[in-house]
Amino acid sequence: MTTKKHYWNEYQKEIAGDKYFYERSCIRQTFFPGSETAFLRILKEELGKNILDVENQHTCTGIGFYSDIVPLETTMTIVARLFSLMTEAGYENYVPSCVTSFGVFSEIVDLWEHQPDMLEKARNILLETTGRTFELPKNIAHPSDIIYKFREELKEKMRYRLVNRFTGKPLKVVEHIGCHYAKIFPDKGVGKAEFPHVLAGMIESWGGEVVDYPERRHCCGFGFRQYVVRANRGYSVANSKKKFESMQPYEPDFIVTNCPGCTMFMDKWQYTIAEMEHKTYDKKGYGIPVLTYEEMAGLLLGYDPWELGLQLHQVQSERLLDKLGIHYDPNEKYKSVSGRILPNPEKPQYLRV
Amino acid sequence: MKEREKPVHGDDNPKPREVKRRLKATKRISRRKRLEFEEVELPLQVAIIGGGVAGMEAASVLAEHRCPVILFEARPELGVNVKNKYKIFPDFSDAGRLVETMTKAMDHPLITVNKDTEIIEIIREPDAYTLLDNKGVPHTVPAVLLASGYEPFDAKRKEELGFGIYEGVINSLQLEDMLREHKVLNSLGEDPRRIVFLQCVGSRDEKVGNHYCSKICCITAVKQAIEVKRQLPDTEVYVFYMDLRLWGQGYEELYREAQEQYNVRFVRGRISEAASTFDGRVQIKSEDTLLGQPLKMVTDLLVLMIGMEASPGTRKLGKTCGLEGPYGFVRSKSPHLEDNLSDKPGFFLAGTCKRPMHIAEAVNDGRAAALEIIKYLRK
Repeated sequence: MTTKKHYWNEYQKEIAGDKYFYERSCIRQTFFPGSETAFLRILKEELGKNILDVENQHTCTGIGFYSDIVPLETTMTIVARLFSLMTEAGYENYVPSCVTSFGVFSEIVDLWEHQPDMLEKARNILLETTGRTFELPKNIAHPSDIIYKFREELKEKMRYRLVNRFTGKPLKVVEHIGCHYAKIFPDKGVGKAEFPHVLAGMIESWGGEVVDYPERRHCCGFGFRQYVVRANRGYSVANSKKKFESMQPYEPDFIVTNCPGCTMFMDKWQYTIAEMEHKTYDKKGYGIPVLTYEEMAGLLLGYDPWELGLQLHQVQSERLLDKLGIHYDPNEKYKSVSGRILPNPEKPQYLRV
Repeated sequence: MKEREKPVHGDDNPKPREVKRRLKATKRISRRKRLEFEEVELPLQVAIIGGGVAGMEAASVLAEHRCPVILFEARPELGVNVKNKYKIFPDFSDAGRLVETMTKAMDHPLITVNKDTEIIEIIREPDAYTLLDNKGVPHTVPAVLLASGYEPFDAKRKEELGFGIYEGVINSLQLEDMLREHKVLNSLGEDPRRIVFLQCVGSRDEKVGNHYCSKICCITAVKQAIEVKRQLPDTEVYVFYMDLRLWGQGYEELYREAQEQYNVRFVRGRISEAASTFDGRVQIKSEDTLLGQPLKMVTDLLVLMIGMEASPGTRKLGKTCGLEGPYGFVRSKSPHLEDNLSDKPGFFLAGTCKRPMHIAEAVNDGRAAALEIIKYLRK
């Protein structure tokens, strides 16, 4: 269907320009460890920004909090301690790596704004238990907001564009934002919740074409209660499947997300569906690669795909790299940081790699 | 509203003291000639802000009663909100013809119409009001009628419904245009296989901050559904509603007719989102709350039944005059016996600047306001 007007990029949020305090993500470091490294490298080396990555940080409690395992007071105290690390370091702009952390911080700060007695309570608990104090951040921005903000500057430095070098046409990209990025507080997401522009803006600036498919806003299939509770995992797969089937006719070249849950489940469930139903969602049976926005930016900036950690994804990305015209050494794919060649992982039966 | 003792006036504009003197003289004449007061021409103009059906009807009645009127309309045309409709419920009469009749009545020696003229400030004088227009011209008058009306809800604010994004998502006014042209087509220029109407877009909706019912949309959708079926008998028509409020004379009958004669299907449920499909149609998601089942449907056109909101002029003047009521509409003195009065003597209200009304209600309200003004000026 023809699109009349991309008015959804009209809403822009405030995103700090420099001096960021970075908070790491539990699951991002586990599943896509190259993404956080790439983000820090992009900010420091490409953009020359001041971003602090401290050692003594910890969970935000997000998954436990949203699964009703961790009580509110605990989460408030954890948030308070992370803010105290920022305050101690002399920073005011908080950048939580994970979309769920972004949701937790936005929600707790909003709660404190509406209920100052809860803020007081958190201050007291933190002081009693750790002797620490904190200031509230002036700006909370997700890393995808920051990449979005500087997308034009980064474009200048990029070696590749989101263009299929065999056909000369823009790559068709499915974008998906995490629920906790804009669905808790639409005002906190670029373009708000229904037609978010944070990833779409990057894709369009870097030469690609956003795929607007019927189930664009449908859940990725993550959903804490859907996968934490084993009996509910069928819902999780069913949701992802609904999305894949909806996007399949558009033949997307890849999917990009800004949430670790979306990246992980849209990637891994393609293997699960292939095993369950012998079905894959691209014509040749390889599946649709799922990237984080840092991986997308890193590839276009010319970073080594294996340093970015693309080999750790379920759906492999060589065919996408070929379309982009990115050179890679297949022999380097499974090499450790120390240079040791690691054994190749077992190949799935139905999903081609 | 500003209040002042010594205003600055243009050369042709009467001073408030002069307005007061002439008004007193008129009242003396009218007391003397109580029985034939219609024959006495008032020496001063009454200002009407807004040239919709309420404002035009008030102007017409005032002029008939020998009261000169100056009417201000911010837009280049009169009666635009009604003119934008094709046929009006419940009798399918022609909206354009209705506006034409009312506009012709403005061609009266005692009526001065100023189009493209917006009133930007109203200053309360002793026994008079000075209106400043957008050209900087002051108009001092003994009485003002605010009839600044409504504007249709901007469906872009319901972003989940994709209005302004997908060609197949249109509002009820755009459908009126299509019906007028006899060109109800899908985004590919073909006859639509299916059309879905959605009620309460921008009305009874906490998300957009409008808790009130716009009251014309239920019957408008029924009317439009019938018009579609008359023009395209093979098109499937669905109407999604929260509850149908068919309160007016003939409305319930039209609703039955839509179902019995035209096979229009009514589904109780809200539409949660619209999205494009691969073949250029619109996918909607909803729940049939009578069956208790979620549903997904593909349609060629999704018609959003947009509600009524206070117009920008109503909002602005309501605020500056201290008459701001709920949702930006203006507040009357009392909803029962003094609904055309404000709490300011000489300042009257009519039509949809107060609340949503259908056409006949707004016309009647304009007429009632005119009689209140005559009563005020001749007392």
